Amino acid sequence: MTYHNPPTPPRKSATFDDAALAEIRRAAATGIYDIRGGGTKRKVPHFDDLLFLGASMSRYPLEGYRERCDTAVTLGTRFAKKPIELKIPVTIAGMSFGALSGPAKEALGRGATLAGTSTTTGDGGMTNEERGHSELLVYQYLPSRYGMNPTDLRRADAIEVVVGQGAKPGGGGMLLGQKISDRVAEMRTLPKGIDQRSACRHPDWTGPDDLEIKILELREITDWEKPIYIKVGGARPYYDTALAVKAGADVVVLDGMQGGTAASQDVFIEHVGQPTLACIRPAVQALQDLGMHRKVQLVVSGGIRSGADVAKALALGADAVSVGTAALVAIGDNDPRWESEYNALGTTAGAYDDWHEGKDPAGITTQDPALAARLDPIAASRRLANYLKVITLEAQTIARACGHNHLHNLEPEDLVALTIEAAAMARVPLAGTDWIPGHKGL
Amino acid sequence: MPAFDLSTTSIRALNEALHGTGEPLKDRRFEVRNPRGSHAVAVGCRDQITVAVHGPVGYYCGGMNAAATITVHGSAGPGVGENMMSGSIVVEGDASQYAGATGRGGLLVIKGNAASRCGISMKGIDIVVGGSVGHMSAFMGQSGHLVVLGDAGDALGDSLYEAQLFVRGKVKSLGADCIEKEMRGKHHATLEQLLSKAGMRGADPSQFRRYGSARKLYTFNIDNADAY
Amino acid sequence: MCGIVGLFLKDRKLEGELGALTAEMLVTMTDRGPDSAGIAVYGAAIPGFVKVTVQSDMPARAFAALDALARTAAGDAATVTIKDSHAVITIAADRIEPLRVALTGAPEPLRIMSVGETMEIYKETGLPKDVVSRFGIGTMAGTHAIGHTRMATESAVTTLGAHPFSTGADQCLVHNGSLSNHNNLRRELRRLGIAFETENDSEVAAAHLTARMRDGRNLGEALTDALGNLDGFFTFVVGTRTGFGVLRDPIACKPAVMAETSRYVAFGSEYRALSGLPGIETARIWEPEPAAVYFWDRDGSTGDKMLAA
Repeated sequence: MTYHNPPTPPRKSATFDDAALAEIRRAAATGIYDIRGGGTKRKVPHFDDLLFLGASMSRYPLEGYRERCDTAVTLGTRFAKKPIELKIPVTIAGMSFGALSGPAKEALGRGATLAGTSTTTGDGGMTNEERGHSELLVYQYLPSRYGMNPTDLRRADAIEVVVGQGAKPGGGGMLLGQKISDRVAEMRTLPKGIDQRSACRHPDWTGPDDLEIKILELREITDWEKPIYIKVGGARPYYDTALAVKAGADVVVLDGMQGGTAASQDVFIEHVGQPTLACIRPAVQALQDLGMHRKVQLVVSGGIRSGADVAKALALGADAVSVGTAALVAIGDNDPRWESEYNALGTTAGAYDDWHEGKDPAGITTQDPALAARLDPIAASRRLANYLKVITLEAQTIARACGHNHLHNLEPEDLVALTIEAAAMARVPLAGTDWIPGHKGL
Repeated sequence: MPAFDLSTTSIRALNEALHGTGEPLKDRRFEVRNPRGSHAVAVGCRDQITVAVHGPVGYYCGGMNAAATITVHGSAGPGVGENMMSGSIVVEGDASQYAGATGRGGLLVIKGNAASRCGISMKGIDIVVGGSVGHMSAFMGQSGHLVVLGDAGDALGDSLYEAQLFVRGKVKSLGADCIEKEMRGKHHATLEQLLSKAGMRGADPSQFRRYGSARKLYTFNIDNADAY
Repeated sequence: MCGIVGLFLKDRKLEGELGALTAEMLVTMTDRGPDSAGIAVYGAAIPGFVKVTVQSDMPARAFAALDALARTAAGDAATVTIKDSHAVITIAADRIEPLRVALTGAPEPLRIMSVGETMEIYKETGLPKDVVSRFGIGTMAGTHAIGHTRMATESAVTTLGAHPFSTGADQCLVHNGSLSNHNNLRRELRRLGIAFETENDSEVAAAHLTARMRDGRNLGEALTDALGNLDGFFTFVVGTRTGFGVLRDPIACKPAVMAETSRYVAFGSEYRALSGLPGIETARIWEPEPAAVYFWDRDGSTGDKMLAA
């Protein structure tokens, strides 16, 4: 009798899965690390794992549409002569002209203005388009200082000193040359078409003790009018927040790892930093320990999509949130209407992240005049304003259901967590229990 | 000529007067006494005024200067003339780190030595140093000129873009992608003009060597990974 | 993240003013470090005696019986001088161990801040001006002093987290910067039997020097070793019974200014700290080079003496 081995089906490694294998081949073939736009794509614990309790017998809800639930927020009340007053607690995050096209920046400015909120420049200076179309514009002060000048500093409504961003805390970066067009090159004082290297530390200060002096200089130049924000990536949020306060910040902007980027190494985006969910409570704790909660405002960004996300961030102690990726989607990024063009680029709508290549079919992350012309800034701004108003309305709906007459009255006790991870990170109890893992007696 | 004694007057009062924000600018010449290392002296000036500072200043003196002529009769702390747009700043003594950092225009003259990172990330400013400069000077320099009559420290011009560097003395080492380049006629003329504007008499352009970018890091190449 | 000051006198006529000069330097650096302040003062030695500086959070109770405790452990020659939360116990040099045992067993907890023939360390949380006045630093005399104002980064704002850190008899260190490998180093040093009282990166730097000097290296050599073993950003000012040293990391982006005249050598994180020193207008002023060790020693030839560069 002969024995036949039964055939075993082919089995792929869970460790060396298709994505890992593809990346090894890509690195071997190209000799450069993978650079892309967008934020973290891996699944990390997020706001989805939190739920609001709502009111019933022990608490009373507010009547929707009739009983007020305020949404206004003032940023920069600590030292600035002219704090920023926003109608909604959702702002537009910093995205550069260079990374984005002129029409895209214009759309963001117009849309934010329609919704009563601010927008932010990026690593590339301030353009007349965005200043002209933004009622409230935050001017970023970055390590590269591209396009930095005192006239724009004075034209700004607030100054955001960028220490880090969620996509790459501790990192500088490299923007490949395709997007260094004539205008971008001129604004940045760079040769056209080169691969631009950016520094990770500011050129003229290091550490909070020096930052305090830098802030003094910026306040003196602008005659103490402008709120000074300090933006940090979600790395060590307790210390970073405390030190930003000690250095003299009016506002701390905290960007979790899901925060987007125009062009960063994939290894950085996916492997450095903490999820937004894990960053908020330590930052709020730092503010509370210093007696500065609500006095120095906390703006949280990184993966904010919906009114539920807004309400959850605020309940955990943020004063406002910032959206970047969601704003781009609202104005048309990764829209299925361009599917055939995404296919031609070897991708699909929803997955397109080669923003650094400047071939964006939606005309947003590009400097190609023909592509950029596809974006109608007026129509796009209407879409952005709609989106911002909808998520604010959603957050109000939740706040009313929890019995609050202002979004800022949402509190951690309004929340429970669906998973142990989210419970530990958000420091709220696991649903159905009074258990906050890792935080005895908090 | 209005004089501000910083042992009795605040920096705020000084800068407000220089900006003409409190009341409109009437005077064009100002004096500052007893700075004793104060920070943010005469920052954000935007008019054609003259400011004479008697004594040493701290961080960021003349920061973001546009149009003003500022003279420091003493030494300057970190970041003197940072992000300067135009006008001129003269430091009679030494300057600390980051002199002229990210400067976009104008002339910064340091008659003594400048410490490390002089002209870091410079974007069009002209810097003339009578003495020597420290390590990492002109790091990532994008545009403008750095003239050093003395020596340069380690890693001069590291990751340089299009800034041009002239050094009369020894260079301890060149940074990644920085190389010596030929001094041609037009470079002589540029240097001669810079030395004359800076009032550096007796320095002969032919004694200088010129350094610039090898432009090998302009396009990423994995075989240059040692330089990143 | 902090302010550092240091003053090493060459001219004996200035010794009476050491405390006043360094107190002013320290207060000038308040903006750089409002959380806590401390100073090591090298005063006069009494031949055959050593000074043990102790600290208590409840000095009224802890120091009430200190005199008796010191005499019991170290004999009738022992004296105790109380300054606010600190007390300096002066004893015969050969009575150190019995005193240490007695202090460890004291009914109220006491912390030994320093041991030395000439060095006393005073440090507390709070603003530099308050710390300076609580201990009467302004009236102290001595040969050299090293002070620090702290803006805490990652470790707690506590008395023990304040600088200077003592690294051995008559040795101390202050630090500005942020080390990135101090946790691994602390584990390594613990295995060598060195005890740690804080999670502070600067204490690890101090202990690293102690360990090296225990192996027979002198301070200059130990500092040179630190360049190879410490990762991150640092500027150190260190003191020994007769010496004063400065070390800056290879990146050297934290501020540091030095001044030298025929009468003193001074260190400040900023020029402001030096601006009240006599004759500063004509002093030689420079910034220490990256990765270089500077060291001055009263026992050596006069003037500066660089051990390594």
